[in-house]
Order: sequence, then structure tokens, then C-alpha cells
Amino acid sequence: MSDASIQTNTDTGEAGFGDYFALLKPRVMSLVVFTALVGLLVAPVGVNPVVGLASILFIAVGGGASGALNMWWDADIDRKMRRTQSRPIPSGKVTEGEAFAIGMALSAMAVVMLGLAANLMAAALLAFTIFFYVVIYTMWLKRWTPQNIVIGGAAGAFPPMIGWAVATGGISIESVLMFALTFAWTPPHFWALALFTKGDYANAGVPMLTVTHGRRATRAHILGYSLVLAVVAIALGLTSIGGPVYLAVALILNGMFIKGAWDVFRRDDAASDADRHKAERGLFKLSLAYLFLHYGALLVEASLKPFGLGGWG
Amino acid sequence: MAIKVDHELHKRRLSRNIGVGVALILFVGLVYGLTVAKVSDIYQPDPAASEVSK
Repeated sequence: MSDASIQTNTDTGEAGFGDYFALLKPRVMSLVVFTALVGLLVAPVGVNPVVGLASILFIAVGGGASGALNMWWDADIDRKMRRTQSRPIPSGKVTEGEAFAIGMALSAMAVVMLGLAANLMAAALLAFTIFFYVVIYTMWLKRWTPQNIVIGGAAGAFPPMIGWAVATGGISIESVLMFALTFAWTPPHFWALALFTKGDYANAGVPMLTVTHGRRATRAHILGYSLVLAVVAIALGLTSIGGPVYLAVALILNGMFIKGAWDVFRRDDAASDADRHKAERGLFKLSLAYLFLHYGALLVEASLKPFGLGGWG
Repeated sequence: MAIKVDHELHKRRLSRNIGVGVALILFVGLVYGLTVAKVSDIYQPDPAASEVSK
């Protein structure tokens, strides 16, 4: 090494617009938009399209703002994990103070505007979601318990409930079951990922289940949650927003998911290493399609209803 | 080396300014659209009420 050190980051406090946008976790935001939109569209009450569009946008901004606050708080561990080192704060493009200010301002704006555009119930649910994700999950439980994924999943599961509340102004069994679907889906989805991205979380000191209880226990947890997930997914099919199309999709996908979880459960690490985590990668990929297709099937049921089809008649 | 007028930093600053500007304009447009939608919802003639007045 010479005396002259090369500055590898661009810590100038001069972020481009893309860096600000990256703070809002666009990939998570796309899931939020999609599930909130389904929650809104499958509700039995129609919404003015402009009000609906504005509401989905404010839900997305609220979700993005909580992502920015999460990056502000987690900047220290994001610097240590390979997966997160290129995020705007660790890469030096956005300062921690900026991320905090953007997160707080957008949170307040999103909640107030959703209250004005839709109703107080939707705004209250959005405010609770942001509080839950930032304070309960990020600040409190993420670094404390290996069940962090389970609790964090709850925050990601609220959007369809908020979408439903935008239309109906309330909470019902249908919206609770949509919440439960994403909630029960999150742990097997992330633990499957954790089984083939070894080491990263351990380096950062985040108590992932694979680290604290071992990989054997994680495999068992994945199978357990897959069974709970199947019960929730099929129960949702028996409500007023379900129908034959949804139920057929749910039965097929849950059969595949339980089979995938069983394959992951049966294996040990030696077998997993031998084929470069084929079953674990397969289950993770399936989990991505799983959620998209379930919500997509709900949307199909809702779009068939005006033609006298869809639903349970 | 020639002095570059447009340093990479200026480009980032410009993209930030334009991005924030466009976002604000879209926000104003959205609030305007929302207002129009809300007001026309309120002032839509109620068919039941007009029947009564007849």
C-alpha cells in the first residue's frame, strides 16, 4: 500500500435522484403496490379511479418511507453484508441524516394524504404499518430474536388490508386472511433464501434462525410454516373474495409448496452442498411465483364477477 | 488535463433537482385531480332527491 489511499466511495453528500429512489426499496414497493391494489380491487365497494390511484400511490410512498427509515437505522449492518453494501447509505451516496429526513417527511405526507384521499381507517393502518416496520421490527426485534423474519413479515402483509380499507373503510375476515397469507408466506420465503446465502447475516450479527438454531431447525420451521400457509391460503378461497379459480390455483400451488418444503426438510447440509442448494433455490423461486399467483387468482375472481362468473355464485 | 465544466457531481445534482421537481409537479397534479374527483362525487345530482322534488 502506498501513502495515497484510493477513495472507493463517492461520499460527497451529492446524491442523484436514483439514489433517493433506491432508499425507498423499489422492489419491496412493487410488492406493496401489487398486493394493495388487489386488496382494493377485490373489495365489494367500488372506488373512484382517481381516489384509488392516489391511495395506492400514497400506500407505496408510505411503504417506501419505512424502507428509507429502515436503511437509516440499519446503515451499520448494511455496511457489513455483501447483499446490502451497495445500498445508498453504505455506498456513501446518501447521508444517514438525509435518509432519516426523507423517511420521516414521506411517512407523514403519505399518512396525511391517504387520510384525505381515502379514509381514517386506511391512514391509521398505514401509520401502524410504518411504526411496526421501523420501530417494532427494525429498531427492536430484528437484532434481538431469530423470529425477526416472522415479525417483519407482518409489516409486509398489511398493504392488502390497507387497500381493502381504502374501499370499505373497515377490516373484515377477507382482509385479515389476505394479511395472513403474506404473513405466513414470508418466513419460508426468507429462510429458504437464508439456507443458500450462508454467512452474510452471521457476519453482521443479525440473529437469523440458521445461525441461532442451526440449519436443521430452519428446515423444520420452513415445513411447519408451509403447512400453516396452506391452511390460510385455502381458507381465503372459501370467503366471499375466493372462488373456484382461486381455490384450484391455491390447491395446486400449496401442494407444490409443501412438496418443495418437504424436500428441503428431508435433506441435510451435505446433500444440499452437493447439488449447490438445488431444492432450497427451487423453493425460493416457487415462493416468488406463489404469492404473485395467489393474488393474481383473487384478481381473476373479482374481474369475472361483473359477468356473473367468479366467486361462489 | 482540461477542466471539465460538467463534473460527474454536477450531473448527479442536476438529476436530483429535475427528479425532485418532476415529483413535486406530479404531486400537485395528483392533489388537483383528487380534489376534482372528491368535489364531483359530492355534487353529483342525487336521482332520489330529484324524484322527490318533482
